[in-house]
Amino acid sequence: MAHTETHDPNTPLEYRSEIGRLNILGFWIFLGAEIALFATLFATYMVLTHRIADGPALGELFEVKSLLIQTFLLLTSSFTCGLAVHEMRRQNVKGLITWMAITLGLGLGFLYFEIQEFLHFIHEGANIGTSAAWSGFFVLVGTHGAHVTFGIFWVTMVLIQVAKRGLTPATSAKVFITSLYWHFLDVVWIFIFTAVYLMGMVMHHG
Amino acid sequence: MKWDEFFVTGDPLIYGADVSIVLTMVGILFYLTKFKKWKWLWDEWLTTVDHKKLGIMYIVSAVLMMFRGGVDALLMRAQLAVPEANFLDSQHYNEIFTTHGTIMIIFMAMPFLIGLINVVVPLQIGARDVAYPYLNAVSFWTFFIGAMLFNISFVIGGSPSAGWTSYMPLASNELSPGPGQNYYLLGLQIAGIGTLLTGINFLVTILKMRAPGMTLFRMPMFTWSSLVTMVIIIFAFPILTVALVLMTFDRLFGSHFFTLQGEGMDMLWANLFWLWGHPEVYIVILPAFGMFSEIISTFSKKTLFGYKAMIWSMLLIAGYSFLVWVHHFFTMGSGAVVNSVFSITTMAIGIPTGVKIFNWLFTMYRGRIEFTTPMLWSLGFIVNFVVGGVTGVMLAMAAADYQYHNTYFLVSHFHYVLIAGTVFACFAGLIFWYPKMFGYKLNERIGKWVFWIFTIGFNVCFMPQYFLGLDGMPRRVYTYSEESGWGPLNMVSTIGGFMMGIAFVILVYNIYYSFRFAKRETTGDAWNGRTLEWSTPSPMPPFYNFAKIPEVTGLDHFWKQKQAGKVEKLKAEDIKKIHMPSNSGVPFIMASFFFVAGFGMVFDWMWMGIAGMIGVFGTLIYRSFEYDDGYYVSVEEVIETEKISK
Repeated sequence: MAHTETHDPNTPLEYRSEIGRLNILGFWIFLGAEIALFATLFATYMVLTHRIADGPALGELFEVKSLLIQTFLLLTSSFTCGLAVHEMRRQNVKGLITWMAITLGLGLGFLYFEIQEFLHFIHEGANIGTSAAWSGFFVLVGTHGAHVTFGIFWVTMVLIQVAKRGLTPATSAKVFITSLYWHFLDVVWIFIFTAVYLMGMVMHHG
Repeated sequence: MKWDEFFVTGDPLIYGADVSIVLTMVGILFYLTKFKKWKWLWDEWLTTVDHKKLGIMYIVSAVLMMFRGGVDALLMRAQLAVPEANFLDSQHYNEIFTTHGTIMIIFMAMPFLIGLINVVVPLQIGARDVAYPYLNAVSFWTFFIGAMLFNISFVIGGSPSAGWTSYMPLASNELSPGPGQNYYLLGLQIAGIGTLLTGINFLVTILKMRAPGMTLFRMPMFTWSSLVTMVIIIFAFPILTVALVLMTFDRLFGSHFFTLQGEGMDMLWANLFWLWGHPEVYIVILPAFGMFSEIISTFSKKTLFGYKAMIWSMLLIAGYSFLVWVHHFFTMGSGAVVNSVFSITTMAIGIPTGVKIFNWLFTMYRGRIEFTTPMLWSLGFIVNFVVGGVTGVMLAMAAADYQYHNTYFLVSHFHYVLIAGTVFACFAGLIFWYPKMFGYKLNERIGKWVFWIFTIGFNVCFMPQYFLGLDGMPRRVYTYSEESGWGPLNMVSTIGGFMMGIAFVILVYNIYYSFRFAKRETTGDAWNGRTLEWSTPSPMPPFYNFAKIPEVTGLDHFWKQKQAGKVEKLKAEDIKKIHMPSNSGVPFIMASFFFVAGFGMVFDWMWMGIAGMIGVFGTLIYRSFEYDDGYYVSVEEVIETEKISK
C-alpha cells in the first residue's frame, strides 16, 4: 500500500515493501501448517513402523551409505542456500544466482539418490503396498521428496525472475521465501534421518 | 466403464434431480445470454478479489448447500416417519446421511461463517481489504469447486455412503466400491486447500491490517473469535489433508494405512479424522459465539460484559479442542485411564463455554433490550445451546457413553449444538449484516415468523430424538420394526423436521420480499451499531471500504463517538489516493483445473488427474511471473463516490 516508505538503511530489501513483509509473515505461518502436516505423517509412520505383515522390516533394507550421501547433499544445500541469501543482501545478483544454482544442483543430487534408494527398496520387495510400515515410510519420505521436487521448480522460476528483473523488493521477497522453504525441508530431513533411518536401523540391528 | 455405470440410474428421485439440474443450468445460461450478463458475471464476480463480494458468494453457496443438505435431511425424516417404510432402500439411505453430514459441515456451516467473516472482519478492523486479496479468491474458488465436485456424485458415479466420518474399513475399496468414496476424498481435499489459505489469510489480516489505535484488546469480539478460529484452522486442517491423502492412497494406490490387509490400522483413521474433526467443531462454533457477542451487545445497548474473560475462554477452548478427540470413540477400548483423561478434558471444555454463557446473560442484565430478529436468534441460541451443552457433558462421561454411543441421543446432542449454535448464528449474522451487504434490512415481521417456526420445529424434531436414543434407537439405521415402539416419537420428529423446512422456505421468500419491498437504508448504521463496519457513510461500503482509515481510541469506538456526538465527517482535504488490488481470473481458472484433476482421480483416470494438475501448476507459474502491483483510486473518484460537497 504505502510505497513511499522511509527505511533504516539496514532494512533488508525483502522487508522494504509492505507486500514483502506480509508475504514473509504469511509464509512463516504456512510453515506452521506444514509442521502440523509433517507431524501427522511422522505420527502415522511411528504408529505403523512395526506392522510389517509378511514384508521385510524397515531397518533390514536401510543402507548407511545412501543415507549419508543424501543427508550430506541436503544439509550442504541448506548452507549454500544461506550463502545465496547472504549474497542477495550484498546486492550481488551474480553471487545469488550462482549459490542458488549450486543449491539446486545439490537438491537434484539428493533426489537422485533418494529415487535410487526407493528403486532399490522396491527391487528388494518393499513397495507402498507391502505393509502398513512401508506405506508409512514411502508416504512420509516421499512427501518430503515431493516437497524438494516442488522447491527445485519453484526456485528455478524465481531465479528466472531475478535474472530478468534484478533485485527489487518483490523479487528479493520471493527469494527469501523460497530460502525459508528450503531450510524448512532441511529441518524435516533431520527428523526423518533420526526418526526413520537411525531408529529403524537401531531397532533392527540392536 | 459403461454409460449406465457413469450416470446413476434406476431411481425416480435421481431422474427428477437430473431433470431439475438440467433445467436450472439451461435457465441460468438463457438468462445470462438473453440479458447479456456474461461480461457482468466475469468482471464483477468471477474475477473479483473484493472481500465483500467473495463473502457474498460464500454465503450464497452456503444457502444453496443448506437447501441440498436440508432436502437430504427431509428425505431421511420421511423414511423414518413410520416403521418399516419403503420410501428409501438402505443403500440410498446410507448415501443420503453421508452427504447430509458432509455437506452441512464442510459445504454449509464453514462457508457460511467464512462468508460472514469475509464481509465483516476487514470492515471491523478498519482495513481496505484482506492481507492477500488474490489468495482470498483462490480460497473461495477451491471451496466452490470442491463443493461442486462432491455434489455431482449423486448423478454421476454414485454418492459416498460410509458416513461423513468415513470410518475404515467401511470406506475401503472392498466395502465401498466405486467412485462414491473418492468423491468424498477429493471434494474435501480441494475444499480443504481453500480453508487452510483462508486461515493464513485472515490470521495475517487481523494481525497486520488493523486501523491505527486498534490494539488486540480493542478488537471487536467477532474479530477475536475469527482470529482464534484461524489459528485452529491452521493447525487442524493439515491433519485432515494428510488423513485424506492416506485414505486416497489406500483406495487408489494399494497402500495399507487403514486396511485390514498388510497390518493396516483401521482405528488410526478414526484418530486422525477426529484429531481434525474435533477442532473442526470449534471452527464452526467460535465465529458463532463471536457473532452472538456482537448482536447481544448491540441490542442490549451495553458494552460486552467480561470482554477479557470472553477472549481467554476462547483461547482455552481452542487449546482444549485438540485434546478431546478420543471422546468420539470411547468404545474403541483404549482402557480406563485413557478414557478417563479424555473424559475430564471434555468436561473441562464446558467451563470456558459456561463462562461465555454467563457473560452474555450479564451483558443483557440491565440493558435496554431490543427484540429484533437477530436478537431473537441469539436468545434462542442461549436456551437451546445449553440443552446441547448439558447433554454433551452427559456424553463426556466415558462409562455412561457406552450406553449413548451411536444412538439418537448423540444425534440429538450434536444437532442441538450445531443447529442452535452454528445455524442460529448464521441466520442471526445474515440478518444483522444484511443491510451492510445489500443496503436494506430483511423484513422483520416475516423474520420473526421464521424464527418461531424454525425454533419450535427444531425442538419438535430433536427433543424426541434424545428419548429415542435413551430407548436404544441406533443412528444410521434406515428403518426399524413396529415392535421397537419408536414409531410415534419418530413421527413427531419428522413433523418438526418439516417445520424447519417450511421456515427455510419462508426465509428464502423473505429475501425475495425484502429485495422487492424493503425500505432502503440511507445511512451505514442500520442497527445503531457499535463497531467500525457501521461507520461507513453509505449503507454499503464502497469497494475500498474506508475513504479515510479511522483512528481507534477504544473498544466500541464508533458507539462512543456517537454518544459523545463526535462522529467525524469526511472532508475533501483528508482524502488521499487509495491503493487497491487488481481483479484476476486466475483463481477461477486454477480451481477449474482442480475440478478436472479431482474428477479424473475420482474415476481413477490418471491421465485426467495428471492433466488437471499440470493445469494447476501452469496457473501457479503464470501467477508467479505476473507482476501486478494493483492500481490507485484517484482522489477525485473517492470524492465522487463519497458525495462529499466541497
